[in-house]
Amino acid sequence: MAQMNLTQALNSAMDVMLGRDPTVVLMGEDVGYFGGVFRVTDGLQRKYGAHRVLDTPIAEGGIVAAAIGMAVNGLRPVAEIQFADYIYPGFDQITSELARLRYRSAGDFYAPVTIRTPCGGGIRGGQTHSQSPEAVFTHVCGLNVVMPSNPYDAKGLLIASIEEDDPVIFFEPKRLYNGPFDGDPAKPAAPWSTHPKGEVPEGHYRVPLGKAEIVRPGKDLTIVSYGTMVHVAAAAASAHGLDAEIIDLRSLVPLDVDTICDSVRKTGRCVIAHEATRFSGFGAEILSVVQENCFWDLQAPIQRVTGWDTPYPHAFEWEYFPSQARFAAAFRVVMEPA
Amino acid sequence: MNIPDYSVWLNENQHSIDHGRKLTGMPRTPRLHLPPTPARPGESPDFSYLQLSPAGAVPRPDVNARARDIGYLSLELVRVLDDAHDAVGPWHPHLDPAELQVGLRHMLLTRTYDDRMQRNQRSGKITFYMRSLGEEAVSVAQCMALRPGDMLFPSYRTQGLHIARGLPLVDMMCQLLSNTRDMCKGRQLPVMYHSAAQRLFSISGNLATQFPQAVGWAMAAAIKGEDDLAAAWIGEGSSAEADFHHALLFAAVYQAPVILNLVNNQWAISTFQGYAGGEQRSFAARGPGYGIAGIRVDGNDFLAVHAVTQWAAERARIGAGPTLIELVTYRAAAHSTSDDPSRYRAKDDYAHWPLGDPIERLKAHLIKHAGWTEERHRALVEELDAQVAASWKEAVTHGTLVDGPRLDPDLMFEDVFKVMPPNLERQRAAMRAERSDARWRK
Repeated sequence: MAQMNLTQALNSAMDVMLGRDPTVVLMGEDVGYFGGVFRVTDGLQRKYGAHRVLDTPIAEGGIVAAAIGMAVNGLRPVAEIQFADYIYPGFDQITSELARLRYRSAGDFYAPVTIRTPCGGGIRGGQTHSQSPEAVFTHVCGLNVVMPSNPYDAKGLLIASIEEDDPVIFFEPKRLYNGPFDGDPAKPAAPWSTHPKGEVPEGHYRVPLGKAEIVRPGKDLTIVSYGTMVHVAAAAASAHGLDAEIIDLRSLVPLDVDTICDSVRKTGRCVIAHEATRFSGFGAEILSVVQENCFWDLQAPIQRVTGWDTPYPHAFEWEYFPSQARFAAAFRVVMEPA
Repeated sequence: MNIPDYSVWLNENQHSIDHGRKLTGMPRTPRLHLPPTPARPGESPDFSYLQLSPAGAVPRPDVNARARDIGYLSLELVRVLDDAHDAVGPWHPHLDPAELQVGLRHMLLTRTYDDRMQRNQRSGKITFYMRSLGEEAVSVAQCMALRPGDMLFPSYRTQGLHIARGLPLVDMMCQLLSNTRDMCKGRQLPVMYHSAAQRLFSISGNLATQFPQAVGWAMAAAIKGEDDLAAAWIGEGSSAEADFHHALLFAAVYQAPVILNLVNNQWAISTFQGYAGGEQRSFAARGPGYGIAGIRVDGNDFLAVHAVTQWAAERARIGAGPTLIELVTYRAAAHSTSDDPSRYRAKDDYAHWPLGDPIERLKAHLIKHAGWTEERHRALVEELDAQVAASWKEAVTHGTLVDGPRLDPDLMFEDVFKVMPPNLERQRAAMRAERSDARWRK
């Protein structure tokens, strides 16, 4: 085991896969010589060569399309889109091509492409460096969608994603690269070395897609979340003295319905949290799953804690970010006696 | 470097090749071409790849010339200022010395502003900044060659446009500060200025999007029968985006009155221009490929940039078609305050850039030919320093992100739509309640 931050854990996952599987190639803007603007691919071009860790033109549509072609010809590309906010020029290739190639060719062609992309706010990135567009992709049939919340899961999930024969959109909450974040920007940043999930095996291991983790068992209520909000949820519940069962989904597609519903059947109360905007957000899907499966177990209306339905504003970052205070409002409703 | 032996791998991994993927045909040695980068850290700067034409050597065709007949303009390099600081050749714009001094002033003001804002970012007053060091002639000369009615679609490194158009420095600084006088009401990252009154389009943090939008603006001008034109700026790096090609295609199809400016500053963050497609042929040559005029110009030569822009503007205004201008320059500073170029390019590279510094070149020309002196230059630098300092002093009275007054967070919910929908009204109320919850108040 080694101490790793989230960046190093992702780097380690790709290092392991480049070493094990010669069909794995990395590609993206500034990922090669420079090692990525967030240093996630640092040192990998030096170690594995410029033919396996490719710098690319600034053309997300081209990156995704070329990755598809490379995958169809036997490679297993891991493409980086520098910020999730920049993924849209690749949208047609992702939704119309990558997601549907297996289906339209009756399985004769498929493209095992992993698209890694940093998402989320909390770094003063303004509206074009802060978005969380995961729901846009969960709505597309044929894409796996993953978002880790800690270094251990990040490495295991990225290895599982690269080994997966279907495409994976792998979101990396950039606020978590260097340490967990409980939603309070005034507190000094904590490094991953203070967190048990900063302990990461150096070799190959997988965290399976489609398996949520119960981060903390509890009996008062269930909080379903993923990415940065897992940490904010835990801090908020603790601040309110609630014995919350906190579920980190880890992958949104496939979705671990059983873990969510088993928990809500037990607690009877549910809060769903994500950083992305609320309207048609992924929380709406989770809410439907809970309502469809656990209606007779619910003691109170399900609540969502989310970003507001606006673009991510530079000057109002901390009024926008789903804070512990926003959880407090949700707790007030969901904890009302039945 | 570890070159994988695919044949060995194939034998060991037959089970996972299950849908006719053919690894057997792969050679053992990769043969994919990777564009070279001339000089990385620890190496000497090397600009031998750069194709130059002597000052004054490139013929100036009539503005009516057909794109197919002037392909040479996209491969040569239009230059007016020679090494002796004289203005030579058919592109010499014969500008009035007073106008040249205005150009020098705008370029110097841009550089002074950049220096001061960079320092303000370093001291934590603003969150982010991007300098245009070494590229000042591009935006200043081009803006001066256009008319006030022409619509400009800037990129994030063309602040000389805003300065030359006369956007008050205080307004620009208030945007950087996201303060109570911020034209973007706190919604945009620093440097994403706009001014509807001065016809400076809103800058997007997404790349290249403005290029085809400028073509659309120009198409509208043509539809309405107006003679204003549109001009847009893009970096060579972001010209890789499909939007660049949309722009050229629509400009060519509709012969839109637009000037498409590609600022080739050689670097896209860490990535050399070869990766944007500049290795085999000039970027300007893409113009003729689409059937529009393409011109390659020395971007650090104020006179040449002005002359070429004026030529393209006249061409657009008389309906002779759009122009793609490649401005060959150098990004002398980091990509942004979040970047450290010592990690990926040679030290002192800018000192070796063969096209020199745009301010120094115009200054030397003015000293030789227009009565400019070192004393007057020094006095101008001091005056502009004082102007920038005074503007900053005024700007911070409207607040910084660190010290109030702050913009009202209610503004976050406005302008999503023209009329605020009920869900945003509810969310605004919820946000207010959160803020009044004393426990969490900051």
